[in-house]
Amino acid sequence: MAQADGGRLQILLRSEDKVLRRWVEAAEVPLRGRVTIGELERTCSDLLAVLVEAAGSGLDVRSDAYAGARGFLAELSREWARRGFSPSETASAVFALKEALFAAADEDGGAAAGGGDLATVIESSRWVDALGLVTFESFARAREQVISEQAEQLLELTTPVVKLWEGVVAVPLIGTLDSARTQIVMEKLLQTLVDTGSEHAIIDITGVPAVDTEVAQHLLKTVVAARLMGAECTISGIRPQIAQTIVTLGIEFGDITTKSSLADALLHAMRGTGVEVVRRAGGR
Amino acid sequence: MERVPVLSLGDALLVSIQIDLQDNTVLALQEDLAERIVATGARGVLIDISAVDIVDSFIGRMFASIAALSRLLDAETVVVGMRPAVAITLVELGLSLEGVRTALDVERGMKILRALSDHRDLPVTDVAEDLVPVAEGGGPAAGT
Repeated sequence: MAQADGGRLQILLRSEDKVLRRWVEAAEVPLRGRVTIGELERTCSDLLAVLVEAAGSGLDVRSDAYAGARGFLAELSREWARRGFSPSETASAVFALKEALFAAADEDGGAAAGGGDLATVIESSRWVDALGLVTFESFARAREQVISEQAEQLLELTTPVVKLWEGVVAVPLIGTLDSARTQIVMEKLLQTLVDTGSEHAIIDITGVPAVDTEVAQHLLKTVVAARLMGAECTISGIRPQIAQTIVTLGIEFGDITTKSSLADALLHAMRGTGVEVVRRAGGR
Repeated sequence: MERVPVLSLGDALLVSIQIDLQDNTVLALQEDLAERIVATGARGVLIDISAVDIVDSFIGRMFASIAALSRLLDAETVVVGMRPAVAITLVELGLSLEGVRTALDVERGMKILRALSDHRDLPVTDVAEDLVPVAEGGGPAAGT
């Protein structure tokens, strides 16, 4: 069996310059000139230096000795992911180290490593595979982080509550409504009613592509909750297709005021607060 | 047990709940209110729940029954200052408090009560018009 302390590998890594040169040569192929030779050399030599140091204390890449190396790989994979490299491109750059190590082992002929070509190859192969997995993992983690950040931003961005008139606030809903979003809209709208002391709320669904029973249910709940707080709620921006869908699904809006456009809803709300809009005789 | 004070304000009663509501507190409040409405002849009841941040189905139902009780005694109930979280909870519990009037704050609630009592104090002749019995079988389909 292979020595657990990585003695054979260390002997191979002793000829650092040769390994580095072969690594850069092998890594360059899958990257197809998307990274300059100079940059690749710099990256590889930095990484190799960290790895050689870490390999001194064993081959377990999960151990504390590899903390620096893991950090380096994570940073590298994040950086390359941001520049549009696929995870396999990043990983194959790391796997290219294997080629370099195999070549070194071949040249060495097993003499310096105390015999056992196969053992050396297996040992170095395992080591590099583990390193490759680290890059893959950090790539996936970085991706997930970006996705969850964007989802959060989306939630915040698409639910503004705007004041249209003294005592009239509106939420222009844009995009598909799901339970989580509707919940946020509902809470935000109701909180704004309290904060501004508005007695009228308008929910505008012009930007909502489809209304199903679930979405309608959420809208109705919002309206009832607003009523419980003492505010009147109007739903506006119901497009012809949506109106047809609502009727086909048999959704009952009861005594909730619905208007086809936001302008109509605003006018309705203003009349409710006792404001009448009049066109001047000399107006255009 | 803590009791919620019932204050008399003109021809209305003001109940401002400033404590955590327990089931027996609400039951006691219901009794107190019924007695006070009869004793003072109040025409309106204003319940301020702006300090209440937790309700359950029982308390939600008690608001509805207080309103029903007041209406029997000829007084309108207005619940004011409900917090968003409370409103959402009641909706999720399926309690839409039918027949209970709501307002954002005490001031607006008083306005509603005033408007209601103005409406009720109309001269008798005007009200009588509303009381004309509907023709029997009313509706165009009933043309026999």
